[in-house]
Amino acid sequence: MSDPTSGSLVTTPPPEQPGIVADTAPVDAGLPKAKRDKPRGLLGDAWYDLRRKPLFWISAGFITLFVLIAAFPFLFTSGSPTSGSLSRSLEGPGSSGWFGYDIQGQDIYSRVIYGARASILVAVSATLGTVLLGGLVGVIAGFRGGWVDALLSRIADVFFGIPFVLGAIVILFSLNPRGAGSNEWKIMGLVILALVMLTWPVAMRIMRSSVLAAKQADYVVAARAMGASNTRIIFKHLIPNCLAPVLVYSTILVGAYIGAEATLSFLGVGLQSPVVSWGVMISDSQQYIRVAPYWLLFPSAFLVTAVLSFVMLGEAVREALDPKLR
Amino acid sequence: MGRYVLRRLLQLIPVFFGTTLLIYWLVWSVPGDPFAGKCGERACPDSYIQFMTEKYHLDDPLPVQYIYYMGHLLTGDFGQTFGGRDISEIISQAYPNTLKLALVGLTIEAIIGLTAGILTGLRRNGFLDNLVLVSTLFLLAIPTFVSGFLLQFILGVQIGIINPTVSADAPFSELIVPGFVLASVSMAYVARLTRTSIAENSRSDYVRTAVAKGLPQRRVVGVHLLRNSLIPVITFLGTDLGALMGGAIVTEGIFSINGIGREVYRAIVTKESATVVGIVVVLVMVYLLMNLLVDLLYAALDPRIRYE
Repeated sequence: MSDPTSGSLVTTPPPEQPGIVADTAPVDAGLPKAKRDKPRGLLGDAWYDLRRKPLFWISAGFITLFVLIAAFPFLFTSGSPTSGSLSRSLEGPGSSGWFGYDIQGQDIYSRVIYGARASILVAVSATLGTVLLGGLVGVIAGFRGGWVDALLSRIADVFFGIPFVLGAIVILFSLNPRGAGSNEWKIMGLVILALVMLTWPVAMRIMRSSVLAAKQADYVVAARAMGASNTRIIFKHLIPNCLAPVLVYSTILVGAYIGAEATLSFLGVGLQSPVVSWGVMISDSQQYIRVAPYWLLFPSAFLVTAVLSFVMLGEAVREALDPKLR
Repeated sequence: MGRYVLRRLLQLIPVFFGTTLLIYWLVWSVPGDPFAGKCGERACPDSYIQFMTEKYHLDDPLPVQYIYYMGHLLTGDFGQTFGGRDISEIISQAYPNTLKLALVGLTIEAIIGLTAGILTGLRRNGFLDNLVLVSTLFLLAIPTFVSGFLLQFILGVQIGIINPTVSADAPFSELIVPGFVLASVSMAYVARLTRTSIAENSRSDYVRTAVAKGLPQRRVVGVHLLRNSLIPVITFLGTDLGALMGGAIVTEGIFSINGIGREVYRAIVTKESATVVGIVVVLVMVYLLMNLLVDLLYAALDPRIRYE
């Protein structure tokens, strides 16, 4: 690893950028199209395995449904999530409102449907952020080694040492103090920021250890012997080969983040009331649990189903990608 | 080994300072007047503001404040709240309850998780195995606050076999359900970790040798298989104790346990920055020390691992 060339690792020169993007693109798109190339790669193999798993299809079906609900909530309900009429306050489930009405007389079914968007948006963006940031830092740390690795690992340790819920509360309170009226998008952005800040070290460690293992592999040595630059080795060889563990982690992470977002909203530091989300609904319902248990039940059921689908998908992907389990 | 311990301890120092600096900066940089609402409806008298500003070095830049704070902390002085109460007193009152809760949780997690993991790891693909796999998936998917609420409502309010809230001194018997809730997610991890570890090791050469030389099943499993398979599980349990204490804030809120999580939440809401920093520092310290301990334990338990 000579220093002059490895400098390009941190600041990639712009002209090379399109080439790199084009190189990595087939890897990302490799899952659905893997059949095209005859000798299957790791991802192709995984896809071949996945297709035979009922667990995969069930969870994928649920996830598609949730994504559809999040993208087009008006297809699933004609009601409005925020208009309520007090005459229907705390009316139980019935023919007019399938899931009943809350204290404001708002339709719980519409709210559950519209609540999917905030939860899934936050979870997916936070996962993308975590994987990109953690993955990037992990590749740099694993590839460079030496003092760069030591420094980056210690920085990761600093963030890793903060207890998750506590850290998120502190971050959200500091960046968005009580009473400061702020819009929905800003709060969502802050929740995403808090989640990414506290979890990226995990993605970084996973990536770093895979890179450390792959760096010694023959194909990397061969590539280097043939004069490949560091950038090429990283993007063409290391990243595609080290992607699997992070990929598995990220699927499970989406589920975990849906739960985390709900927890933060529940504690009153995440999304707040005019925003509709499952966590906000559960938090609102807690004082009325004795008179209106359905108010707690339906958002919780949606929340648990969503988390479960992503955890199951992660499970299926892990089994497909882990050669030990074949 | 001695050199390894030394190196780990040295690594701990920058991480400790980094984490506390980060928390300190986040907590104290909250925008707004720190004295707003501290003296009832009136504005605070100038003499009070002056006294407090001097006491907390509020006029200095944050890094300087942090150095002052650390200087006091290293002599065991956690400082005082704006009301003049010693923070070390708050911590020493609340901490035992949280520790008890975390220990109850850890015990439940270890007993249920290990039993489920061992049983399913030894007999894979049976009915029990699938049952445990499905139930761990559910445990992983249900956030703590949902399971806490449901259990509190069903067991505490509807059936009435537990107290819905825990009394002030938090006796162990009342902590069982909160402990279960707190540990539910980790329990699923322990079960799965144990199962995978046993399943992997039961195909290993040393187990085959032990069976081939005619050892009774009980000895093969009890001595050879379990001892080696439980190493990752024990390390997980070790790190989890720190994580449980940090994560207890939700459980403590639901069951109104007088613990550190509730104190820190109250402190955040009332902007008692010094209390927040103090409690987080303690939690971080425990977490880092548990991690160190686990790493050392790893070496002691697994003779294949040698730290040079």
